[in-house]
Amino acid sequence: MSELAAWAIALLALAVAGHAAWHMLRDVPFSNALFYSVAALEVVLIGLLVTGSIALSRTDGDVDGVLFISYLLTQVVIPPAAVLWGVAEKSRWGTGVVVVAMLTVAVLCARLHGIWEGTVV
Amino acid sequence: MSDADGTSHGLGRMLVAVYGVFAIAATARSVYQLSTKAGEAPFAYGLSALAAIVYIVATWALASDRRRWASATIGFEMIGVLAVGVLTVVDEELFPDQSVWSDFGAGYGYVPLVLPAVGLWWLWSRRRRVLRAGDQG
Repeated sequence: MSELAAWAIALLALAVAGHAAWHMLRDVPFSNALFYSVAALEVVLIGLLVTGSIALSRTDGDVDGVLFISYLLTQVVIPPAAVLWGVAEKSRWGTGVVVVAMLTVAVLCARLHGIWEGTVV
Repeated sequence: MSDADGTSHGLGRMLVAVYGVFAIAATARSVYQLSTKAGEAPFAYGLSALAAIVYIVATWALASDRRRWASATIGFEMIGVLAVGVLTVVDEELFPDQSVWSDFGAGYGYVPLVLPAVGLWWLWSRRRRVLRAGDQG
């Protein structure tokens, strides 16, 4: 997994977090635009799961496979879970849940890269 | 007391989300540490496991509006992060590996230190709201 991909996806997650934070601060209800932002990130994360799994099967590096795959799977689960559970709350804090989720994805992405390099245990 | 005053609504929704993330992260990490290398740092890993349990109970209590449980677990967390924070500074040999609460939660961006403070304030503000509603009859 290249460093560039890891940071690009982490930045994308931060951008979506910013988009959600804008909704939260302005007290704007969960919008279609935000839905598409999260959906776009989800597509990228599913792509990461697929390419990451393939890369893991081919690498000679000393990567902790179980940890790596569990991070990839967690990342895929977080956005839909956050949207479903967050939207059930009809106040600005519903999008706050999405902010928390997107920040979590960004952190996971950074750690995922660490696991790939063998620097995070 | 109306449902809207519960601890899992409004700002509480976001708080439950953060607690949920920490509950899952701490549990997963603790299971991983204990199952692969329990002997290396038994005290730190045991502490991680304890912290994980506390986060799970706190998440459940906040989500289901069980205030006694929420106060007890979040209070324990506050004391835990402060005590372990001091211990890690005073006696580094006790912690050959990191736990969630080491160095006041620095490894997790100090969120473990800020979270119980926000949690206790949230419970306190909910309680005042209930008392005021009670006064109005």
